[in-house]
Amino acid sequence: MEETAVKHKEEARSSKHEVVVDIEHVSKSFGSKEVLKDITLKIKRGENVVVLGKSGEGKSVTIQCIVGLLTPDSGIVKVFGEEVAEMSNEELKELRTKVGFLFQSGALYDSMTVRENMEFPLTRVLKMKDQGEIDQRIEEVLDAVGLLEAIDKMPSDLSGGMRKRAGLARTMIVRPEIMLYDEPTTGLDPITSREISQLILQVQKKYKTTSVIITHDMECARITADRIVIMDDGEYIAEGSFDELKSSKDELVRSFFNETA
Amino acid sequence: MAEQAIPGYKKWLEDIGEQGVFFSQFFRNIFKGGFEWSEFVRQCYEIGYKSFMLVGLTSFIMGMVLILQLRPSMVEMGAESMLPKTLAVSFIREMGPVITAIICAGKIASSIGAELGSMKVTEQIDAMEVSGANPTQYLVVTRILAVTLMVPILTLMGDVIGLFGGFLALNFTDDISFHLYFNKCIASLEFIDFLPAFIKTFFFGFAIGFVGCYKGFHSDKGTESVGLAANSAVVTASLWIFVIDAIAVQITSLLYYR
Ligand SMILES: Nc1ncnc2c1ncn2[C@@H]1O[C@H](COP(=O)(O)OP(=O)(O)OP(=O)(O)O)[C@@H](O)[C@H]1O
Ligand SMILES: [Mg+2]
Repeated sequence: MEETAVKHKEEARSSKHEVVVDIEHVSKSFGSKEVLKDITLKIKRGENVVVLGKSGEGKSVTIQCIVGLLTPDSGIVKVFGEEVAEMSNEELKELRTKVGFLFQSGALYDSMTVRENMEFPLTRVLKMKDQGEIDQRIEEVLDAVGLLEAIDKMPSDLSGGMRKRAGLARTMIVRPEIMLYDEPTTGLDPITSREISQLILQVQKKYKTTSVIITHDMECARITADRIVIMDDGEYIAEGSFDELKSSKDELVRSFFNETA
Repeated sequence: MAEQAIPGYKKWLEDIGEQGVFFSQFFRNIFKGGFEWSEFVRQCYEIGYKSFMLVGLTSFIMGMVLILQLRPSMVEMGAESMLPKTLAVSFIREMGPVITAIICAGKIASSIGAELGSMKVTEQIDAMEVSGANPTQYLVVTRILAVTLMVPILTLMGDVIGLFGGFLALNFTDDISFHLYFNKCIASLEFIDFLPAFIKTFFFGFAIGFVGCYKGFHSDKGTESVGLAANSAVVTASLWIFVIDAIAVQITSLLYYR
C-alpha cells in the first residue's frame, strides 16, 4: 500500500501538470485589518506566475504564507502536496531548502561580504564541504547577475541595484525548485530590470524552477509571465496571459497595463 | 479603565511566555550539533575587544577611589593596615563583578540588541530562517555563550586592575611595596570570597547575552524599534544584574555563613 502511495507521489511529481503550490481560500488579518480575504491560487510545476496588485494589498503576505513565515488565519496552503501549517520544524526546514525567497529589500547579511553571503546557504543549508566546488558555484552565480567584481565588498558598499542582484544571486545559488520573487526589479534602471527579468526566465528554463513573481514592473511581467493574476482588496480579481489581461474589459485590470500600452 | 488594563497585563504575560520559548530554543540548539565555532570565536573577540578598555579604566578608577574614600575613616580607627584587605574583599566579592557586568550591559547588551534588531527590521533574520538555515544557532547561541564566557574573564581582569589602582592610591600617602600590597590582598582572601563571586559572573554574562538577543530578535519591524530594542536591552540587563546579585548573596550566606 505504502509503496504504491510513494510511487504515486513520485509520478505526480514528475508529471508536468502537478500542482506544486496550492493556496485554498486563505485569509489573513493583522489586528482589525483584513489583508487577505479569500485567496485561491494553484501553481503548476515549471510555471511562472506573476502577481500584480496595488501597494499594501498583501502580495508579500501571500508568499510569506507559502514558506511558513506567516500562518493564515483560515484556509490551506499546500506545497508539494503537504500542508505548510502542519509541518514539524524539520519538515519546514526541508521545505525551505527547496523554496527560494527573494526579499523585497534583498535582505543581505550586512556583517558579511558578498562572498560570505553566497557561501552561507551553501555551507549551512546544503552542507557543502568542498571549497573548490563552493567557490565555483559562487563565481558562476555572481557572474550571472554581473557582480563578480564586487565579490569581496560589504553590502553597505553596494548600490541599491547591486544589493538587489546580490540578494537574487544568494537565493538562486541553492537552485531551489520553487522561487518566490518579491519585486525583483523594483528600483532598478530599465536596462538592469530587463536583464534581471531575462535572468529569471533563464533560471526557470535551466533548472525547471517554478516561480511566483510579485512585481509592479509591466515589462518584467511581460517577459517572465506564463500567467498573471491580479489582486485587489484581498482577493484575486482576474487571471490570464499578458495579452488576455491587457485587452480585458475590466477597467481596473486594464489600468495596470496602461503605462506600457 | 479596567478594559485598558487587561491588554497591558496580557502583553506582559505573553512576553514572559515568549522569553520561555526563546530560552528553551537556545538550550535545544546548543545540543543540536552544528555549533558555529568561528562565529563564536569572532563574538568572543569582539566582546573582549569592545569592553576591555572601558572595564579596565573603570575598575582602575574604582580601586583608587575606594582606597581614597576609605582611608580617612580607617586611619581614624587605627586600622590603616587593613586597607588592602578591605579593598580586596569588597572588590573581589562585589565591586569588580558588578561594575564589569554593568559596563558590559551598557556596551554589549545594547550592541547585540541593536545588531539583531536591525537584522530583524531589514528582514535578514527572516531571510536566514527562510533559506533553511538556523538563525538561533548562528546568531543567538554564539552570542549568548560568548558573553557568558567573556564577562567572567573581563571581571578577573577588572579585579586585578582595580587592586592595582588601589595600590597606586595607597602609594600617594603611604609607602607600601607592590610585593607587600599584593601579598596582603591575597592573604586576606579566602576561597569563598572568590568562588561565589566568580560563579555569579557567569550568570551576569548569561543575562546580558540573553536579554540582548531576546530584545533584538523580538523587536518590531520599524526603524525606531532598533533603538528601542537596544535601550530596553540595557535597562533590562542592568536590572537583572542587580537581581542576580541579590539572589547570589542570599545563596552564598545560606551555604557558608549559617
Ligand atoms: N508582519 C506583519 N504584521 C502586521 N501587519 C503586516 C505584517 N506584514 C504585512 N502587514 C500589513 O499587511 C498589509 C499588506 O502588506 P504586504 O507587504 O503584503 O503588501 P504588498 O502587497 O506586498 O505591498 P507592496 O507592493 O508595497 O510591497 C500592509 O497593510 C501591512 O501593513
Ligand atoms: Mg510587498
